[in-house]
Amino acid sequence: MIGDIMTSLWAILPVIVLALWACVLLLVDLWLPKDQQGSQQGESNSPITPLLAALGMLTSAAIVIARIGQPTMGFGGMMMADGFSHFICLLLLASGLVTIGLSHDYMKRLGIARGEYYVLLMFSLSGMMLMSMSADLIMVFLSLELLSIPLYVMAGIATPRPSSEEAALKYFLLGAFASGFLVYGIGLVFGATGSTSLQQIVAVVQSGNYNLALILGGAALIITGLGFKVAIVPFHMWTPDAYQGAPSAVTAFMSVGAKTAGFAALLRVFVLAFPAFSADITPVLWGLAALTMVLGNFAAIAQRNIKRLLAYSSIAHAGYIMMALVPYGQDGLSADSVASALFYLVAYAFTNFAAWAVVIALEQAGEKGLELQDYAGLGRKHPALAAVMAVAMLSFTGVPPTLGFVGKFYLFRTVLEGGHVGLALIGVLTSLVSAFYYLRVIVVMYMQEGEPEARREPWLQAMAYGSAIGVVALSIFSAPLLFLASQAVLKLF
Amino acid sequence: MFFQETVSQAPQFFGLVPWIVFFPVIGLLFNIAFGGMILKRSPAGEKIVGWVASIASGLTFVVSVLLLVSLLGHPEGMVVPLAEWIKIGSFSANWSFQVDTLSVVMMLVVSIVGTLIHIYSIGYMHEDVRHNGDPGRYGRFFVFMNLFIVSMMILVSADNYLMLFVGWEGVGLCSYLLIGFWYDKGEDGIGNAVAGKKAMITTRIGDVGMLLALFAMFWAFGSLDFNTIFAKAPQVAAASPVIILLITLFMLVAVTGKSAQIPLYVWLPDAMAGPTPVSALIHAATMVTAGVYLVARSADLYILEPQAQFMVTLVGSATALFAATIAVGQFDIKKVLAYSTVSQLGFMVAAVGMGAFVAGMFHLVTHAFFKGLLFLSAGSVIQGVERGAHHIEHDPKLKKQSKSLGPDFDPQDMRNMGGLRSRMKVTFWVYLIGAISLSGLPPLAGFWSKDEILAEANKLYIWAYVLLAIAAIFTAFYMTRQVLMVFFGKPRSAAAEHAQESPPVMTIPLMILAGLTVLGGLINLPEFHTLEHWMEHTLGQAIHKAEFVMLVAALSTVLALLAIVAGWWFYNPRRYEAFWAEPAAKRPDDPLRRLIGPLFELWKNKYWIDELYWAAILNPYIALSRFLADVVDWRFWHDWFHDQALFGGFNRLTGLLAGRIDLGIIDGIANGLGTLAQRVAAVLRSVQTGFVRNYALSIFLGVVIILGYLLLR
Repeated sequence: MIGDIMTSLWAILPVIVLALWACVLLLVDLWLPKDQQGSQQGESNSPITPLLAALGMLTSAAIVIARIGQPTMGFGGMMMADGFSHFICLLLLASGLVTIGLSHDYMKRLGIARGEYYVLLMFSLSGMMLMSMSADLIMVFLSLELLSIPLYVMAGIATPRPSSEEAALKYFLLGAFASGFLVYGIGLVFGATGSTSLQQIVAVVQSGNYNLALILGGAALIITGLGFKVAIVPFHMWTPDAYQGAPSAVTAFMSVGAKTAGFAALLRVFVLAFPAFSADITPVLWGLAALTMVLGNFAAIAQRNIKRLLAYSSIAHAGYIMMALVPYGQDGLSADSVASALFYLVAYAFTNFAAWAVVIALEQAGEKGLELQDYAGLGRKHPALAAVMAVAMLSFTGVPPTLGFVGKFYLFRTVLEGGHVGLALIGVLTSLVSAFYYLRVIVVMYMQEGEPEARREPWLQAMAYGSAIGVVALSIFSAPLLFLASQAVLKLF
Repeated sequence: MFFQETVSQAPQFFGLVPWIVFFPVIGLLFNIAFGGMILKRSPAGEKIVGWVASIASGLTFVVSVLLLVSLLGHPEGMVVPLAEWIKIGSFSANWSFQVDTLSVVMMLVVSIVGTLIHIYSIGYMHEDVRHNGDPGRYGRFFVFMNLFIVSMMILVSADNYLMLFVGWEGVGLCSYLLIGFWYDKGEDGIGNAVAGKKAMITTRIGDVGMLLALFAMFWAFGSLDFNTIFAKAPQVAAASPVIILLITLFMLVAVTGKSAQIPLYVWLPDAMAGPTPVSALIHAATMVTAGVYLVARSADLYILEPQAQFMVTLVGSATALFAATIAVGQFDIKKVLAYSTVSQLGFMVAAVGMGAFVAGMFHLVTHAFFKGLLFLSAGSVIQGVERGAHHIEHDPKLKKQSKSLGPDFDPQDMRNMGGLRSRMKVTFWVYLIGAISLSGLPPLAGFWSKDEILAEANKLYIWAYVLLAIAAIFTAFYMTRQVLMVFFGKPRSAAAEHAQESPPVMTIPLMILAGLTVLGGLINLPEFHTLEHWMEHTLGQAIHKAEFVMLVAALSTVLALLAIVAGWWFYNPRRYEAFWAEPAAKRPDDPLRRLIGPLFELWKNKYWIDELYWAAILNPYIALSRFLADVVDWRFWHDWFHDQALFGGFNRLTGLLAGRIDLGIIDGIANGLGTLAQRVAAVLRSVQTGFVRNYALSIFLGVVIILGYLLLR
């Protein structure tokens, strides 16, 4: 009995460490010196809180790394700490670290530096990590809430700025609405099979003793609930508003973290529990992926605000990752499906952080400096930042030798192996369309005259250059990363 | 043959092949790191930067020669692996170098022409950066040029189609960067940038074809390695010939983009916005021939599919004639050469299309020599005229005498030239050699290679022979026109009057290229067929023996001579000066217009193809994007569908429910709740979240559709 509990706790140890660390940090922050002259009370300018938060994440990451290669199951099969969750957790923790780097100076500059911000970040991260380990639908739901609620608060942390509050409220209301669908979907699956555990669902499905209509309806509602988090069309309407209104550092974290966690849950649930229904579900995923790629890319063309542009870009990329899911249930393809999705998530995370770092460097108080036109002349005045942005845009487009190219290559390959030539064609053609607006950013930066203002903040610059170098370096040495991704297979114990 | 035997014990240098990429990489890294500093600090900075880049390029030539020596002993070549790039499941793509007789020919051409153009650029860019008023860009030019050598070498040395594609995109990038090198110059200050964009986007359309070909090859063969694909090709073709047809036709799309064939040739004439050495290296001698190389490299696929061969031949020979006619109607010295390049590429594409892979490659090599020579000489001419203009501006006496040249003076317009023969002696003689070679007169290089193509066409496709022969007549005609307008007669502008010869750093590479143009035919003379025997080791069964047909050779020589005579008749100095002396109002822009006015108008305006593309493709495409974003997504999907149809409909429905049922049955409770709902709505409205319900309805609608599909299916 005690042994069981120890194994269970051992399975989710990285999350426990992170969550406890966050609780302690909340207390520690109270005793740290505050800047009383700040525009707002309780504003904290010391780098101690972010550094402690980073230390917590590093500790958690160290535990994950130490346990690579030892899959464990805990809480009677509710949690699975396996290669898949290790991969996702490391990506999430890296994203958390980058977010701290992006946030520190930015929050100070905007006058909203608060210690609890980092605590919220850590709570949200623990929810995301938990989500990647969940092997029970109830756990999926619980971790979804744990990751979402701190995100809602973070989106609104720039209060009393109306746009930030609006973003938070919209995100919260719609998030709650979408969660409702998820719970209902879980309920339907429970009604059909009598269980919420993925293992037992598979067992019931194998015995043939279930209600097909209920389980398909449940699957559809689960797609809805998680599809909202990863922003696929038609569950995407909140994205541009929330991304634009939230502070840019939060948006960067939201777009990477929530997407990663959402896709982790989608992959685990569908690959493990529903492979038997792929004949029914694959057309739905096909349609959603195609719709998302087309609408996201075309709508982005019309955008002039860089945050809205990146929001539509993130919608479009959700569509590309969705492509990996399409052949999830075909014989022998689920491993490729998972590997290419994971690889693309890494590519997306690096590229996205590079782009957002530049956005943050250029953002001025009062939400100024966010129009595309404000980037004119960047290539001349801040060549290094412009280079980072150019790398990010080329990687988003999928031009070799960037990571985005390698990622898309694997995605298309997976889809083609599944025989979905039409979808691959849509993917290629929409990539071509996306070149239109990504290259426009480059054109504006290098070929138009302007006097852009940018911050030179050490943490921010480190993140920008680091992400851009990562985008190029990982594309050249993509084989080890792909090896790791292909080791992160999903299977039942 | 005895030569081969004596060196069969020769040492192997195959292991050196990665250095064809590493040397220019070192050169460009050096100039990126130290170029700016050297240019600022040292008075000889430009020389250092330029020579570093030139030596980096020259070393690739040394390596290429060593590879050639190694191949003499081991003609079968080898694949030199460098690094594992992608490995997933059964698929792998490596960065390996394919050293065989085909790729080494390309390496030699790229490195020797590239090196000469690098050296020439040292002198050319010295004046160009001052003329354009930004000497700081001197270093950047050589970085881009070295980057081009890197990409081109990756392209020609790849051992699989994916790596070839990397180089393919790399040269496209360099082309884009160098066309827009003076991106803030040109029409309205963005003319050059627009030209670069046009090149990028047009060739990308071709690249989609390349990608589709890659997908199809992966699907059919499970690999992208040359050796694997060519080995499996016959059995795949036997099982499903359609797939080979698809692959080869998709590749043809890629060829039309990169090698500027109908219908995607439109970018190449605009690409002349780049500095002239760029036009010579990238847009005449090397990059644009990548398409020809691609077809030659894929010979094993094309010979399996006669329909594809037919299409390639058709595209090539049609382009050859089409572009040659346009060249007759141009006045810009570089535009004439640009359309001539499109036309000559048509000859090469037609040749490889017919299966005359050796003839195509032969013409590729000789064309690289003589067209590189012509472009560089044209650059020398343009700068000579610019020097003349400069000279006048700075001599008060001359300035008073001669009419002001004005800001509209175009140093590239041949109507502003004339009489340069005596003022730029070296340039004139090398230009003449290039022009004669291009016109196809024996014994210069252009004659031998063009004749081999014509002989093959005569044997295989008589219609292609007719098209190409007419194109050859036009070629001789427009080159005669150009040489006469530029070099003969009296100067027609003050700038041409005072034109000055270029410095030795520019003229010496010109003389070397002229030498290559004279001797280039030696590599594949009739009876000897050195290049053919050389290529046999790589292309093997794909080669059919070239024959020298005396009748064809004699006929094309006679036709070329006739065209030259016709050109002389129209443009000889006496007649042209008399034409020029007529009052400007009465005189058309060209003597040819008196004879064939409407036809000349058609050629001068390039058959209005650009205007056609704008009207038929670009404007509708832009309109479609706007329509989808503004009308479909926003006005239809958001405003109408969500706000009006869904939200309004939902409102009406709830209104009905509230009015009839709610009000009637639970009036009291409803009143309380209603007030509450109104208050909440007021709060929500005050923070401007009025659209959230619409967003929610979008989610709801998505669920309804998915559920409907799954359950009612």
